[in-house]
Amino acid sequence: MADLSLTSVSGRRAFSVGDFLREYGVLIIIVLLMIGLSFLSPSFLTARNLLNILNQSAPLALIAAALTLVIISGGFDLSTGAIFGVASVSAAWLAVNVDPTLAMIAGPLIGLGLGVVNGLVITGFNIHSFLATLATSMVYRGIAVLITGGALIPVRMEEFAWIGRGRVGMVNIAVIILAVFTIAMMILLNRTTFGRRVIAVGGNEEAAILSGVRTKLVKIATFGLTGFAAGLAGIIAVSRISMGQPQAGVGMELEAIAAVILGGTSIYGGAGAVWRSIAGVLLLALIGNGFNILNVNPFYKDLTTGLIIVIAVALSAGKKRR
Amino acid sequence: MAERGGAEAAPRLCLEEEKRMPEPMSGPVVRLAGVEKSFGAARILRDITLEFAPGEVHALIGENGAGKSSLGKIVGGYYGADRGTVDILGVRLERPTPRHALQLGVAMIHQELQLVPQLSVAQNVFLGLETNVAGLLRGSENQRFTELDRRCGFGLDPRRTLGDLSIAERQKVEIMRAIARDARVIIMDEPTSSLTADEAERLHKVIAWLRDEGRTIIYVTHFLDHVLAVCDRVTVMRDGCIVRTGPIAKETKRSLVEAMLGESAEVAYPALPPAPDPTLPPRLSVRNASTEAGIADVSIDIRPGEIVGLVGLVGSGRSEVARAIFGADPLTSGTVALDDKAIVNLSPKRAVRAGIAFIPEDRRKQGLVLTQRTRPNMSLPHLAAISRFGLLDIAEERRRTRAMIAHFGIVPAASDGEVAYYSGGNQQKVLLSKWAYGTPQVVLLDEPSRGVDIGARRRIHDFIVELAQSGVAVLLISSELEEVLNLSHRSYLMSRGAIVGEIASASASVDQVLFRLFNVETQQPGEAAASPAYPE
Repeated sequence: MADLSLTSVSGRRAFSVGDFLREYGVLIIIVLLMIGLSFLSPSFLTARNLLNILNQSAPLALIAAALTLVIISGGFDLSTGAIFGVASVSAAWLAVNVDPTLAMIAGPLIGLGLGVVNGLVITGFNIHSFLATLATSMVYRGIAVLITGGALIPVRMEEFAWIGRGRVGMVNIAVIILAVFTIAMMILLNRTTFGRRVIAVGGNEEAAILSGVRTKLVKIATFGLTGFAAGLAGIIAVSRISMGQPQAGVGMELEAIAAVILGGTSIYGGAGAVWRSIAGVLLLALIGNGFNILNVNPFYKDLTTGLIIVIAVALSAGKKRR
Repeated sequence: MAERGGAEAAPRLCLEEEKRMPEPMSGPVVRLAGVEKSFGAARILRDITLEFAPGEVHALIGENGAGKSSLGKIVGGYYGADRGTVDILGVRLERPTPRHALQLGVAMIHQELQLVPQLSVAQNVFLGLETNVAGLLRGSENQRFTELDRRCGFGLDPRRTLGDLSIAERQKVEIMRAIARDARVIIMDEPTSSLTADEAERLHKVIAWLRDEGRTIIYVTHFLDHVLAVCDRVTVMRDGCIVRTGPIAKETKRSLVEAMLGESAEVAYPALPPAPDPTLPPRLSVRNASTEAGIADVSIDIRPGEIVGLVGLVGSGRSEVARAIFGADPLTSGTVALDDKAIVNLSPKRAVRAGIAFIPEDRRKQGLVLTQRTRPNMSLPHLAAISRFGLLDIAEERRRTRAMIAHFGIVPAASDGEVAYYSGGNQQKVLLSKWAYGTPQVVLLDEPSRGVDIGARRRIHDFIVELAQSGVAVLLISSELEEVLNLSHRSYLMSRGAIVGEIASASASVDQVLFRLFNVETQQPGEAAASPAYPE
């Protein structure tokens, strides 16, 4: 038994099927789904369809990648959908009234600012992030409605279209942005002092404080990053549909959280990985794609998604330590 | 029975109690046969065969990781054995659940007490046993509590909220819970680890009473003095095996230590380096420090190479002084200076940067990030030193971690070991490594050897001496007076958040110091502050 040991470095735990399932459960489900879908439909396993899936889920994946850091640090962000909305309408308004390039730069920065505000509210008033972002999400959504006066802002400009619809060769620019951002988040989490502090804050805040970590700054930074990602996702979406709408991204915050949890990042903080959240997003997208290409009644989509989330989370629940 | 309960302070008994007790039995209450248990690749228990007799206090002792707690948990139904059988009063423990064990008559009292802080004392005692009609509560718990308390004589107020009770009082609630369920066997896992000496003694009287009632107490502990004082028989464990079981009368502290270690043991302290020249300027200088956590006007000097102890009863503010020096509790007045330079805007971050290291008392709650492995745990305060522009030098981190593992003899010797699964002693070594990693100027140690085995304890003591030899200023806090007096040059006495005296550690005896501390405690605060022993 010990010969098969995967994690022999720990000196304690030998290889077990249960651990393997927990570690790679989401990947296994994705692979099974992909195999199943490619048998059921010849159009599934084509570069075009796969890239299309990635492209469509890029905005959600951007948010999930950054949100992973918030959740690892022990926080929770319910305002990403609203930040997405504010960034969308602000960018649309700026593109139409000022300058499209400025709008593309401003979108993520507005997101960053709103994320930092989240962090300041949480650390300044010492409010649980769940409550704080529930409240700020309402405020942000209200701001989005105020900016447009409730109307839609059409953006039909070439200079604004490339980020959401452009391609380099076969690959969509949004997919490239997603890849770069994901790799940046992975490096940030695993290779930098900041990433270490994020994990320490979520794993044991008291120990982090007593090690000289300025935990409030760390928290503000994670929320800022997530706001940035939501803003970036927002301008990609506006560019794609040529429209800024104040109700854009409603419910997106929950999808992003579902993807992160689906990936197996601990909701209690202190452990997790960015790639897992991307895998979670892909799993959600594959389910949707499967319904499309198989022409199954879409009424069953939410039901199926919910059941898969329960199964995946149950698989990883056994990992909780005594 | 009641007469045997004996001493004045022992809890009173009521006669009707005797009727409820079954006839004394001849056979064992608990019988374990061929019990084995592994976690992953680690074999925790090997072929354990052991019997517990009715009406005995039976100690389970051994180093951390010897398997004593696991054995207790198997009897209590918390773990299932991989092999072998557990019989309680002749009935096989079929399902390893605490509920089933309780039905058979075994209750377990944990290191971390398992009570509901929001509920009242009485509600906690009868939790799950509430009298009800089809689920509707009758609300008779307070009345039933009074009856139960007449038998136990703890004199607890049933209406008080549990969260307001001291740890010693909560333990009494746990014991009453066990009695309310008529447990024949009560397992106590390190019950005295958070108690003062006085409270521990009172607990021992309760244990003696429980035994005289015919119950069996399985007493899992590190404290050999307690074993010798209160137990009838002792089982010594090492590496998951039983070394021997025998009557306590045949044992001494030394024989027990030798059995635990498997070698003849020196229960001695390492030699201290000579005290630094008293004319030397202090490395650490605390002046008139006060915090909201309750310390007032504390002044402390520690010279390079000097080990200074901080002694006081539990709650006297020892840990709070260390927290104040480290900036973990903000100072409301006063200064902390290193080499005569006051640290401005003192915070943990600035303290770390100035070269102050703080080993907090609770390694799991305050010291280690248990979701992380050994390497990131050790490097956490030193990330700036092993990174460039925020990017970590993982190779350097690994090298330093390996050096620390070798230096302290941490097992398992893996830089990516899962600290959460380490024994207490090895976790503590990781915590010390975390600070030995850099080059600290001042090291504050709060209970550095609490709950660790003898081997680790010796290594930790050597480390403290090594620190002083290399010119570090050390502040040592420990509930074990003997440890402080043997490992420090000087000691400050603390009471009610203030420093009330200073002694040369070598010339003081434990009794003298305790006498002084208790005397101060019984004085009024005003008198204590006016104590002439404090040089100002």
